[in-house]
Amino acid sequence: MRQTPALRLHVPEPSGRPGQPTDFSYLHLQPAGAAAKPPLDVSARDTTDIAYGLVRVLDDDGNAVGPWAQDLPPELLRQAMLAMIKTRVFDTRMVNAQRQKKMSFYTQSLGEEAIGVAQAMVLNKGDMCFPSYRQQNLLITQGVSLVDMMCQLFSNEKDRLKGRQLPVLYSVRDAGFFSLSGNLGTQMIQAVGWAMASAIKNDTSIASAWIGDGATAAADFQTALTFAHVYQAPVILNVVNNQWAISSFQAIAGGENNSFAARGVGSGIVSVRADGNDFITAYEVAKWAAERARANLGPTLIEWVSYRAGPHSTSDDPSKYRPADDWSHFPLGDPIARLKQHMIKRGVWSDADHEEAEKAALEEVMAAQKEAEAFGTMADDQVRSAASMFDDVYEHTPWHLQHQRQQAGV
Amino acid sequence: MELHKQLEHDLVDMTMIQALRSAMDVMLERDNNVVVFGQDVGYFGGVFRCTEGLQAKHGKTRVFDAPISEGGIVGAAVGMAAYGLRPVVEIQFADYFYPATDQIVSEAARLRYRSAGEFTAPVTIRMPCGGGIFGGQTHSQSPEAFFTHVSGIRTVMPSNPYDAKGLLIASIENNDPVIFLEPKRLYNGPFDGHHDRPIVPWSKHEKGKVPSGYYTIELDKAAIVRPGEALTVLTYGTMVHVALEAAQASGIDAEVIDLRTLWPVDLDTIVASVRKTGRCVIVHEATQTSGFGAELTTLVQEHCFYHLEAPIERVAGWDIPYPHVHEWHYFPSPQRVQDAYRRALGSVPTADNGRTGGQ
Repeated sequence: MRQTPALRLHVPEPSGRPGQPTDFSYLHLQPAGAAAKPPLDVSARDTTDIAYGLVRVLDDDGNAVGPWAQDLPPELLRQAMLAMIKTRVFDTRMVNAQRQKKMSFYTQSLGEEAIGVAQAMVLNKGDMCFPSYRQQNLLITQGVSLVDMMCQLFSNEKDRLKGRQLPVLYSVRDAGFFSLSGNLGTQMIQAVGWAMASAIKNDTSIASAWIGDGATAAADFQTALTFAHVYQAPVILNVVNNQWAISSFQAIAGGENNSFAARGVGSGIVSVRADGNDFITAYEVAKWAAERARANLGPTLIEWVSYRAGPHSTSDDPSKYRPADDWSHFPLGDPIARLKQHMIKRGVWSDADHEEAEKAALEEVMAAQKEAEAFGTMADDQVRSAASMFDDVYEHTPWHLQHQRQQAGV
Repeated sequence: MELHKQLEHDLVDMTMIQALRSAMDVMLERDNNVVVFGQDVGYFGGVFRCTEGLQAKHGKTRVFDAPISEGGIVGAAVGMAAYGLRPVVEIQFADYFYPATDQIVSEAARLRYRSAGEFTAPVTIRMPCGGGIFGGQTHSQSPEAFFTHVSGIRTVMPSNPYDAKGLLIASIENNDPVIFLEPKRLYNGPFDGHHDRPIVPWSKHEKGKVPSGYYTIELDKAAIVRPGEALTVLTYGTMVHVALEAAQASGIDAEVIDLRTLWPVDLDTIVASVRKTGRCVIVHEATQTSGFGAELTTLVQEHCFYHLEAPIERVAGWDIPYPHVHEWHYFPSPQRVQDAYRRALGSVPTADNGRTGGQ
């Protein structure tokens, strides 16, 4: 009776699995300098090419090329390099501290350092980032106290969040860093709302929203695009496509034969697909998006193509689902190595400078760790009083929580 | 009541719709950070007319239409509140809050706690709720128990225009997120459950006289709407009027308490009343199992055990999706409420009415 072939469910798979190399041709990369730089007031429609293409400034030899290339001041490059190095050193030390049970959990950002560092450098005081849990570099770049960050990680008596949040889920209002939630995607629409508020109040501040490739599948991502477009909210919508959502390849999130930037165009939003491992691209594209927002030209979506070089978290073992040497084959390389090559080429950096910077970062992080550990870690149970767990549920503690605090005997 | 007297000179007749609109108008005027938005809320003035004229008066950056996205409406409001605004948003029907659950439960409710007070979400989320209007499955629900279960939010439900305005202003001013449930059956007039009788407008009701200016009704405070000695009725929303009608029709001297704020609930008023009467009947439209009545029952049992002379009675919606054609078999009728009163009284154990038990 059947007139047509049986239907088959398509379930995307990564080309690389443990013991089998990844074929990265799916990335559809463009050479450095190939992507156009549109005017600030470009229409969403006219960004279709760069939403499927790839903005890249640094070529394989470390030269800055093409319309997005700028001769950034050496001091700016040095500042960026130091922030990237410090982020990586911080991550490494904190992973060790987690292994020593000084905290319960950690997520490193290995390989993704350039994106947040660049964005922190183009944002102004008063702007607000709505990060995911892999943007610690937004804090580190601004020089937020490493001791404060570690106290949160150690949930100790100096933890500003009073031991209520999992490690890494920071909240630093003064640094324009919105309270992190464990619920994925929720902060995207909140960022749009924050930006709408800034516009309602005729302020000059803008918002910066962050989401990973996997979480773009959450409903709040689409909601954020719709609201950002409808109200032309002054927001930068960052999608960090690091190819992986825990064990799921980005194709399972909807990335197969598509780009996440293209979702922006489909929603009427000016969109760019950019090399996330190229600091200069990260800086120039973010600056362009921030200028658009500040000029009332509306939201910009940026897909940052990068690679999650480390495990998803300290609870994850990537060798169970992807090739162990995958990062070494990733065509966009390592953001620190690429900026280093460029800076050395420009004569504003050297191997010695680099070694010196790594050494200084390690000393700074270790000194901060020593100071933070003096206020306690999970290992020694030097934490906030349990009575504080009943505070801040409401502005004023209601009767039932007063009763429960008494029942808890704290 | 004192405040009521002071303001008597500018009392005007308002329906609940007009009272709610007046509350938003007053707050839009008083506080530049108040913004009102939701589906059809702007130009059109809301499908129930609750925001009529507000956009024309206050401008479209203060009062505006939103895309059909409950998660987006609440999520954007949380972001605005983090900025420093005081958003008053509308979900067109309480039946449609579910897509916003993550933003309400995981975000609005927890923002103050998880950031140790660094960020807060002073958001008011208005939702028309309740049945009695042939709304069928998705225009009749009473989802209050979903909210009372969540730490960090307040749940409020008025039963008349005077309270509606005062409670809404207090909710907007409150720095905690508030779920503001509006029984749509009460929008145009009180409803005692007698669907076969002519509709009475609020203009014929004492609580339809509403001060035109600013006033508040304190949250977390119940109202004893009918003092009585025979038994205590804990109720809210439309069921306040049904409970009063059941007391009137049965001649039973019930003390009817309109909780007004469901959570944090006014425990002191509840406990004082039940310790006095020794009997308790709980009445709500929402389905029974794990409904808010279960929490009320437990609180009364915990705090009034030695004063109770009969089992606590619950009258609630049946544990089924809200039906269409069988509306009046579902909706707790004055007769069902009266029957519960009689059951509570029928268990009188001793000739001296036994009001001596406990401490």
